Amino acid sequence: MIKSSFSNIQSEYLALIDHTKCVRCKRCIQNCGWGTYSFGGDKILSDHTKCVACGRCYTYCPEGAISIVKNPTVIRENGNWKENHIKSIWKQSETGGIVISGMGTTFKYKKYFDHILLDACQVTNPSIDPLREPMELKTYLGKKPSKIELDFNEEGEPILKTKMPPQIELQTPFVFGAMSYGSISLNAQKAMALAARALGIVMNTGEGGLHDDLVPFGKNIIVQVASGRFGVHRDYLNSGIAVEIKIGQGAKPGIGGHLPGEKIGLDISRTRMIPIGTDAISPAPHHDIYSIEDLRQLIFAIKEATNYEKPVSVKVAAVHNIAAIVSGIVRAGADIVYIDGYTGGTGAAPNIIKDHVGIPIELALAQVDERLREEGIRNEASLIAAGSIRSSADAVKAIALGADAVAIGTAALIVMGCHVCGKCNTGNCSWGITTQRPELVRRLDPEVYGERLYNLISAWSHEIQEVLGAMGVNSIESLRGSRERLRGVELTDAELKVLGIKHAGL
Amino acid sequence: MLKLKNKFSVERDISGCGLCGIINAKKVKTTGEDIKKAISVEHDRGNGLGGGFAVYGNYQDYAELYAFHIMYDNLSAKGNVEEYLKNNFIIEKEEPIPTSKTSKIKDHPYLHRYFMKPKSDRQDKLFHDLGDDDFVVQSVMSINEKYDGAYVFSSGKNMGAFKGVGYPEDIADFYKLDEVEGYMWTAHNRFPTNTPGWWGGAHPFTLLDWSIVHNGEISSYGINKRYLEMYKYNLSLKTDTEVITYIFDLLVRKHGLPIELATTVLAAPFYQNIDKMDNKKKELLTTLRQIYGSALLNGPFAIVFGYSGGMVAMNDRIKLRPLVAATMGDFTYVASEEAAIRAICPSPDLVWSPKAGEPVIVKFEELVAQKGGLIGL
Repeated sequence: MIKSSFSNIQSEYLALIDHTKCVRCKRCIQNCGWGTYSFGGDKILSDHTKCVACGRCYTYCPEGAISIVKNPTVIRENGNWKENHIKSIWKQSETGGIVISGMGTTFKYKKYFDHILLDACQVTNPSIDPLREPMELKTYLGKKPSKIELDFNEEGEPILKTKMPPQIELQTPFVFGAMSYGSISLNAQKAMALAARALGIVMNTGEGGLHDDLVPFGKNIIVQVASGRFGVHRDYLNSGIAVEIKIGQGAKPGIGGHLPGEKIGLDISRTRMIPIGTDAISPAPHHDIYSIEDLRQLIFAIKEATNYEKPVSVKVAAVHNIAAIVSGIVRAGADIVYIDGYTGGTGAAPNIIKDHVGIPIELALAQVDERLREEGIRNEASLIAAGSIRSSADAVKAIALGADAVAIGTAALIVMGCHVCGKCNTGNCSWGITTQRPELVRRLDPEVYGERLYNLISAWSHEIQEVLGAMGVNSIESLRGSRERLRGVELTDAELKVLGIKHAGL
Repeated sequence: MLKLKNKFSVERDISGCGLCGIINAKKVKTTGEDIKKAISVEHDRGNGLGGGFAVYGNYQDYAELYAFHIMYDNLSAKGNVEEYLKNNFIIEKEEPIPTSKTSKIKDHPYLHRYFMKPKSDRQDKLFHDLGDDDFVVQSVMSINEKYDGAYVFSSGKNMGAFKGVGYPEDIADFYKLDEVEGYMWTAHNRFPTNTPGWWGGAHPFTLLDWSIVHNGEISSYGINKRYLEMYKYNLSLKTDTEVITYIFDLLVRKHGLPIELATTVLAAPFYQNIDKMDNKKKELLTTLRQIYGSALLNGPFAIVFGYSGGMVAMNDRIKLRPLVAATMGDFTYVASEEAAIRAICPSPDLVWSPKAGEPVIVKFEELVAQKGGLIGL
């Protein structure tokens, strides 16, 4: 171990090997993307400083000989000067740089979903058994007219005159959140594409373009247009079911992205339409959108390019004035608004942004839904809520607060083995998810993890059906925006007011 | 304080109930005796905390005027409301609603009725271009919300609601309904579980010539309410029944849906059934669900809904509350229990239990009730 700097002196975890159990099969050396393990002639050696506790080695150790433990050597505890402060200062004093990491914030902010409780029927109305009665989760995303237009034939029968704007039909109110090819591996994207097709839902390309292998999955893909415009051309816009303009991301509102040149191999270069080895830099703003009227132009440019056959979604991060911002986006012509809360994930973001910018999705969503209703334009766009939906319970609560559907990002990666180690930015993901190293990517089998994603969303859908049944309704649209079925616990009056719900007991 | 309005700290009123309806398609009138007899058979479906009736065709002499029934807690409320009415309406006639003293109805509000039409030069014309119906709706909502101690419980033409706290047979005696004649009657017996003793909370609930009696609890109330608020309906009463009335008003009066189609919004067919329909019907019903998903009434209900063109009786989409229908000549009867119908019509031509979500629709001048609705499932 080289003790070259303060920040390396103390490893966060210890990778301990029980040499009485170890059979020296060296699987751990092969599995670890971080180079923690090496063979010392007669036994496996660990370089603890490299361990990120991603869990790959002990999952695949046939003898159960590995334990990853938190390093018991303390950095002296201090309620004010915490470990992350001290380590960041060391790191920055040595490098002069911004501290970057992957995934969402690790700060323990108040999670509003955990302070919201659901209602159920007792006596005065019957609950419904989803095993015996139909229980509908089908969801349509897109602009809805405020009223139907009818003609009547000679017999007086109604004939539909309304031409419905394009809709995305979801069999269950989940979508996979945007994760680009480049930030994650192609195999990870394929797993989501397979699952989305089997489930009747959609995945999202992120800003990395659409790889040729994913083109056949077009009906289950939203293609994204972000500030870097990587991989965007006319066929790309028309190859999915919808187009999403990415303005911001919950984990890093207000800033762009940077995929370093060493990750841009042949395949990514083709898909993103940039030279091999060049940095893929997404500017902080779209340089053709400096105001809301510019967004309107881009929305309609995309609608023109897609012959008004695809809904256009706009993705924004939840920031302080989100209600007014979304109102503007809806009036600018968006069919779907995707709101990403501050705990959302990312492939890489500065900690200062990730940990301190934005607001919780629960509060943002509640305010946006209320504002759109006050303005009488809630029907003009569907809302997708995102930013660490951890369970079907979070999904149910988001829908009752006003979301049409929720997006799953980190949870989908956890299905593929992710232990939320937060080192996506390094490209060494041992699980083959956030890496482009062929030997690591190869180990992620799209069919195996596609099926597990299918299982997860199916399981969550069953759970939502159980909740709907307990509430005595048999269709998801009767839960959507129905805040009367929610109650708060341990929330202040101000929090309850923002959420638009009552305290439990009332 | 008789509590005309819901002052309880609940979001909404919950109750179980019994209901009845009688309609003659050729507009032959009957007195309130029959409906009283029928609803009294369902005595045990209520608990004496709410009963009421709606009757159509009872104000023949004032058929062109809006008949406002207003309950007042005190005379100062009456003064305030009448000042508003005088400023905005031409009042052709006003009088106390006839009642008789009965030992069963102890405390009651002051009950008054007005026959009137909106002034053509009313002040709000400076700011709006509301039609008469819309102005009446706005007036009803504004009185019910802003005037303490006053509550408009009927506002239609040639129809009226008569309701209060008590068993329906006692309410019928109180309002002397045996002397009232109409060609369509609905009745309600209430079993409230959380807001007792509330005159305004009795059914029917009415707006213009819509009247609703309702047995059930709308589990989707939260979103139905927020949806209606987007269209500027003010849900001051906080009852499920109010929601149903406003949804009908929005769909039929404002959006121009035929009644048959409106019922497929309230009790929408399941997608699994829509998918089996022919393409045109499938597209129509899918579009209706996409646009009006928030108006779907979810949860148990049986409702009898009256309007100037006829009567609709229907259940929720999986029939979680009882509803029986019968026909006898030009009469159609609906009730929570068959016994209620047989009490006044011992051997009807046809008796049936309407299927889940399938409305029984009777329109005046049509000789027979439609069994089932537009969508035969």
